[in-house]
Amino acid sequence: MKKIYQILIVLTVLALIPFQGNAQCKSFAKKVCKLELSPYIHDGNFNAAILTEGEDAELYKTFYAGQNYRIYICGSDALPEIEFQVLDVNRNVLYDNRKNDYSRIWDFDLESSQQLIISLRVKNSEEETDELVSGCVAIMFGIKENVE
Amino acid sequence: MDIKSLHCKALCFLAVVVSALIITGCGSDKNKNKDSEEEVVIESLEIDEQLIKDVKTVKEIFYSLPSPLETAMILKQSGAVYNEELLNPTENVANYVTNKSMALNLGVYTTDLSYASLFDQTQATINYMNASKKMAEGLGILNAIDENIIERLEANINNRDVIMDIISETIMNSSSFFEENDRQAMSTIVLVGGWVEGLYIATNLVGPDVDLNNNELVNRIIDQKLTLSTVVSLLEENKDNEDVITVMTNVNELKAIFEKIEITTSKIEPVTDDETNVTTLKSKTEVKMKPETYYELKEKVKIIRNNFTL
Repeated sequence: MKKIYQILIVLTVLALIPFQGNAQCKSFAKKVCKLELSPYIHDGNFNAAILTEGEDAELYKTFYAGQNYRIYICGSDALPEIEFQVLDVNRNVLYDNRKNDYSRIWDFDLESSQQLIISLRVKNSEEETDELVSGCVAIMFGIKENVE
Repeated sequence: MDIKSLHCKALCFLAVVVSALIITGCGSDKNKNKDSEEEVVIESLEIDEQLIKDVKTVKEIFYSLPSPLETAMILKQSGAVYNEELLNPTENVANYVTNKSMALNLGVYTTDLSYASLFDQTQATINYMNASKKMAEGLGILNAIDENIIERLEANINNRDVIMDIISETIMNSSSFFEENDRQAMSTIVLVGGWVEGLYIATNLVGPDVDLNNNELVNRIIDQKLTLSTVVSLLEENKDNEDVITVMTNVNELKAIFEKIEITTSKIEPVTDDETNVTTLKSKTEVKMKPETYYELKEKVKIIRNNFTL
């Protein structure tokens, strides 16, 4: 009977891991990532996931003419560098952070509204280890009022 | 009933709960990826085969709609004025008792809240925060809008930056709550409610004498054709939900009208200002839209919005 209880406890912990990961991701985005958007205001959208080294993610969003935007790719410290690109709908590269020392911030505005793709990839760790590193990655958008 | 039998029953119950947790925990991600892959294939058909190949290997796909805060900023930036008569009266909160109507009107009210706050309407800001709070409570979103937030709002009512931050936090708490609790369908309905409210306010602020070919607000309304594909993708991802299906019918009616509008864009050229480090994406857009299409769109938005709020 004792063994069965032990197995159930282990299973319960395993079952709760995904939920705990999501909650940690929110807390991380709120406490750490939002601060980096200043002086832009966070738009309020929550786009975050647990990614493992070598994994990638894409986000589709329309950006509007006349608005000032900041994209901030926020990853937990444990993760290796994160590559990110901004592409148009035909996948032409408009920005690549590898040409900018893996900067995680990009500020931009637009002459005409566009649907863009934010593509990111967690690089593989250079250190050889048995375990793959995972962590929260959030794609945050800041907007700024024009004060003209 | 002896102790041994009680133990057995408790064990069985625990085993079922834990198994369900494991299955949903693992399954939700898997399904999400599967849906995303299927969705991307549909989206990409119009672009090219290589794109399908590239996207199919992507682990996570996000579709992001303009948040209520961004919608309000777009409205203001396009020269909109404040008109409280266009907002959904806060007295209507008592009418919303189903999950679908509360989710739609959480989106509607947070857009109204953002719009009122950007135009420094202090009393309306508090009223719409309270209305949003009631919708959030009805949906079981614990702590998204707690008493503390209302108090902070009242204490900082003349500080625009703090107000914006509180609204942004409220929107984030709601959307992340749905994500964490595997209720993406509700999150999508909230966003669609807010998006339709933005369209309703915008179309009603365009005066009858406006030149439809040369007006910033009309341009931003037309731009919603670009956002529409994201709205459709989000809804498609959650089409196993009954409430999403009915919202989808409304969105498809809008899609049929938006398809009559032609938008062509030149190649985008990114130009970075070395001093500010801000990049401008330079491009030109050409729009072909008949006036009757615009008025058809305005009428349809009104019908759908009234359907959401009445």
